[in-house]
Amino acid sequence: MNTLLNSPSVKNITKKMSSLHFVIAILFVSTLYVSVCNLMFAEGSLLHVSDYTVSLLGKYLCYALLALAVDLVWGYCGILSLGHGAFFALGGYAMGMYLMRQIGDRGVYGNPELPDFMVFLNWTELPWYWAGSDNALVMILLVFAGPGLLAFIFGTLAFRSRVSGVYLSIMTQAMTYALLLSFFRNEMGFGGNNGLTDFKEIFGFSLQSPNTKLALFVATAVMLAIGYAISHFIVNSKMGRVVTAIRDSEDRVRFVGYKPQHYKVWIFVVSAMLAGVAGALYVPQVGIINPGEFSPLNSIEIVIWVAIGGRGTLYGALVGAIVVSYAKTRFTAIMPEAWLFGLGGLFVLVTLLLPKGLAGLVTNLMDKIDPPATEKKPSSSDKNDSDKNDFNKSKSDDATLAAENK
Amino acid sequence: MLRLFPLLLFFVMSFNASAAVSETQQSALPALVEQLPNTKLNKMASLIEQIAATSTPQVSDILQPLMDGDLYYLKADKRVVSVFKNQQKQYELMDVLTAEVLPAVGKSAIKKVRTNNRLRSQIRDLLANLDLTSTDADTRITALKQLLDNPNQTGLTAVNKLIKSEKDDDARELMSVILLVDQLETGSTSEKLSAAKQLSDRLEPTVKNALVKELDRISVDSASTSSTSTDTESSSVEVQSAETKELKTVLTNAISSIEQQASVFSLAENLFFGLSLGSVLLLAAIGLAITFGVMGVINMAHGEMMMLGAYTTYVIQQTFPHLIEYSLLMAVPAAFLVSGFVGVLIERGVIRFLKGRPLETLLATFGISLILQQLVRSVFSPLNRQVEAPQWMSGSLEINPILSLTYNRLYIILFSLMVFFSLLMILKNSSLGLHVRAVSQNRDMARALSVKSSWVDAITFGLGSGIAGVAGVALSQLTNVGPNLGQAYIIDSFLVVVFGGVGNLWGTLVAAMTMGTFNKILEPSMGPVLANIIVLVSLVLFIQKRPKGLFPQKGRSAE
Repeated sequence: MNTLLNSPSVKNITKKMSSLHFVIAILFVSTLYVSVCNLMFAEGSLLHVSDYTVSLLGKYLCYALLALAVDLVWGYCGILSLGHGAFFALGGYAMGMYLMRQIGDRGVYGNPELPDFMVFLNWTELPWYWAGSDNALVMILLVFAGPGLLAFIFGTLAFRSRVSGVYLSIMTQAMTYALLLSFFRNEMGFGGNNGLTDFKEIFGFSLQSPNTKLALFVATAVMLAIGYAISHFIVNSKMGRVVTAIRDSEDRVRFVGYKPQHYKVWIFVVSAMLAGVAGALYVPQVGIINPGEFSPLNSIEIVIWVAIGGRGTLYGALVGAIVVSYAKTRFTAIMPEAWLFGLGGLFVLVTLLLPKGLAGLVTNLMDKIDPPATEKKPSSSDKNDSDKNDFNKSKSDDATLAAENK
Repeated sequence: MLRLFPLLLFFVMSFNASAAVSETQQSALPALVEQLPNTKLNKMASLIEQIAATSTPQVSDILQPLMDGDLYYLKADKRVVSVFKNQQKQYELMDVLTAEVLPAVGKSAIKKVRTNNRLRSQIRDLLANLDLTSTDADTRITALKQLLDNPNQTGLTAVNKLIKSEKDDDARELMSVILLVDQLETGSTSEKLSAAKQLSDRLEPTVKNALVKELDRISVDSASTSSTSTDTESSSVEVQSAETKELKTVLTNAISSIEQQASVFSLAENLFFGLSLGSVLLLAAIGLAITFGVMGVINMAHGEMMMLGAYTTYVIQQTFPHLIEYSLLMAVPAAFLVSGFVGVLIERGVIRFLKGRPLETLLATFGISLILQQLVRSVFSPLNRQVEAPQWMSGSLEINPILSLTYNRLYIILFSLMVFFSLLMILKNSSLGLHVRAVSQNRDMARALSVKSSWVDAITFGLGSGIAGVAGVALSQLTNVGPNLGQAYIIDSFLVVVFGGVGNLWGTLVAAMTMGTFNKILEPSMGPVLANIIVLVSLVLFIQKRPKGLFPQKGRSAE
C-alpha cells in the first residue's frame, strides 16, 4: 500500500486536482491584468503594458501551449518527439495561407487571387491545396486536420511496428527535417525560403492595430486555458492513466490486454493538434511563418522547455516554456553570444541535476517543509541517485498498474 | 649604367640584325618585333603571322601578352615589353626578346600595342597551333583538344602534317579524330560515310555535336530535294540519294551508339558520386556506430566532433602555412586526438551519469553540441573558414572524355574504407576491442571478470569521437568548414546506423553506400533536395518495416 501511495502517478493525481484551478486562475488574472494595464493606463505610466509586451506575452503563451503538447506525449506517454515543431509549423502554415488570402489585391503585385510569391513565380492559378484557404472555417479545420493527419499517419506507422525510444525520436527528427527541406522548395507552393508574410488583417481586423494584438493575446490565453483543461482531463481520465502506464511499461500494458499503439496514436494526434493550434495563434502575432520553424533545433528547444519545467506535470511545461523563452529574449538582447552557451548548459545541467525540472524542485521543497505522512525515504536522495527517478523502473510500474486495475 | 643600357641594347640588336641576313628566321624576330609599335592595325595580321612563322621559343612570350592586352612599348625608345601591374599601381616591365626585367614605371611612360578582336582570335589560333609542336606530349594533347573544340584551318593543316610524325598514341588518336570531324563536315558523301563509321565509338562531345549537325543537314537537304526531285529525276540524283540514305543510317547508328555509351558512363559517374557520398556518410556514421551501436549512447554532439576535426585541419594549415602538402597527414592524428580527448571529457563529465537513460543522454549531448558550436563561433568566427586542398588532392583521373573521377573523392573513398577496416581490426583483434565487446554484451559479467568497465566506456567513447574527428578532416576537403558543419550530417548518420542495424559495422558500411548511391541516382532526375527528401522518407518507411535495420543482431547480443 505504501508503494502505491508513493508512486508518482498517484501523487500527481492529488496535486493536479488543485493545479487545474490554480493554473486557470493565474492565467485569468494575468490576462486580465495585462489587458487592463494595456488599455487603461497611458504610455509612460508605471502600470502601462506596452503593445510590444502584449505581443511578446502572446508569443510566450503560444510556446506554453506547444510545450503542453510535448509534455502530453513525452511526460505522460514517454514518446520523446523531436519533431513537434513540424506540427506547430503546419498549424502556422494553415493560418498563414488564410492570412495570405486576406491580403487580396493589397500585395505588391496587386493580384486579387494569387499571393505575391506565386505571381513572382509566374503561376497562373492557385494550387489545389490552396482551394478554400480564404475561408476562415476551412482554415480552422486545416489547423486541426493538417498536423492531426500527419501525426496520425506517422504515429500509426511508427507505433504499429513498435518503434520506440530513441529510434522514434530520431525518426521524428528526420520527419521535421524532411519537411524543412520540402518547404524550402519554391515548387511546394508555400513561399519557399521566405515563407508567408506581409499579412494585413485577420477576420477583417487589421493586424497592426493594438486592439487586434490584445485580442489575439487574450485568444491565446483562452486557448491555453482550454488546452490545459483538455490535457488535464485527458491525463486524469482512464485513458490517460493507460497512457501513463504505457510510459512506465509498455510491455506490461500489452500483456494486460490493452493495445498500446492505439493509445499512443491517439495521444500523439491530440498533442499534434494542440501544437497546430499553438502555431496558428503564433503566426498572426509574429507576422511571419517560414520553413525555419521546421528546423530540428526548434523542436529540440521545445523539449528543453518541458525538461526544465518538469515533464510529467502539465503546469511544469507552461512554466518551463515561459521561463526559458523569457530568458532567451533577455539573453539574446544583452549578449547574443552567450545564449547558446546558456541553452546548452541548461540542457546538461537540467538532465544531470534536475531530472524532474523546476516542478520537481518545487515538489521536493514542499515535501521538505511539510513531509507527507506516508513519505518514508528522504526525497532529496532522488537527486543524487538518478536511477530512482527513472520512469522505467519497475517499482512504479506495479503501482501504476495496481492503480489502473482498481 | 641605366643610360648606357639602351645604347648597349642597340648594339646588340644591330649586331643581331646584321647577322640575320645570312642566319635563319631566328634573328628575323627582333626586326619584326621592332615593327610592332608602328604597324597599323590592318597590317598587323600579316606581321603577327610572320612573327609566329619564326617559331622561336619567344613567340608565345610575345603573342600571349599581345592577346591579353599586356603588351606595351616604352614611349622613349619603342622597346616592346610585356607588363604586369603591381600593387603600387606601377607597371613592371619585361623585355619580350631578352626576358630581362626592367625597372617599374608609371602609366605615362608606356603605350599599349593595339589589337582588335579579329587579331586576338587569330593569335589564339596561332598560339594553340604553336602548342601542337610542343615537345611535351601533355601540352600537345591539350592543344589538340582545344583544336577539336574550335577547329581552324591553320590548325587542321598543321595536324595533317604532324600526324605522320606523332609518336604519342593518345595524341595521334586525337589528331585522327580532328581530321575525321573535319572530313565529316567538309568531305564528299563517301568520305563522310567512312568518317561517320570511324567516329561511332568516340565519346568527345564535339564529335557527337558534329554527327548530329550533319544528320540535321542531311534531313533538311533530303526534305528540300524530295520536294524538287519530281522534275529533275536523274540517275545521278538517285545514286546520291542512296548514298545519303546510307550516310543517314550510319549517322543515326553512330549517334545512338555514342549516346548508349554516354548513358553507361554517366551511370558510372553517378555511381561514383554515390559511392563518394556514401563514403562521406560512412565516415560520419562509423564513429557513431561505435558510440551508439556498440555502447548504446546517443551522442547528438557527434557532428560537432567532426566539426572539431575539420577545425583542427584549419588550425594546422594556419600554423604550418608552408607545409600545406603534408597538412592533411598531420591533421588526421591531430584531429583524432583532439576529438577523442573532447569525447573522453564528455563521457567522464556527463554521459556516465546518465547511464541507462537514453532520452536524457540525447538531450544532454544535444546541449553539449550547442555549446561546442557556440565555442567555435566565438573562438574562430561564425563565418566559414577556408581549408586549402593540397596539390595531390586536386585534379582528376580522366578515364575518357565524359567520365573523369576527381582525386579528392577517390581519396576519400579509399580513406573511408581504410578507417572502416582499421576500426574493424581494432574491435576484432585487439584486447581493447575484446573488452569493448564484452562490456557491450554483458556489463556485469565483464566487470566480474575484472574488466574496468568505466575505463572501457571512456576509451570507447573517445575512440568513436576520435574517428568522427578524422571524418572531419576528410569533410574539410569537401564542404565548407563552419560551425554548422556537423549538424548537416547528424541526422543522416543516425539514419545510416539505424538502417544498417545497430551494433553491426558491416551493416553501417552497406547502409552508407546504399544511401549514398540511391541519393545520387535519384538526383539527376529530381534535383538534390527532392532526392534527399525521398531518401529520408523511404528510410523512415523502411525502419517501420524493419525496426532493427538491414542486419539485425542475432543471438545473445540482441536485446
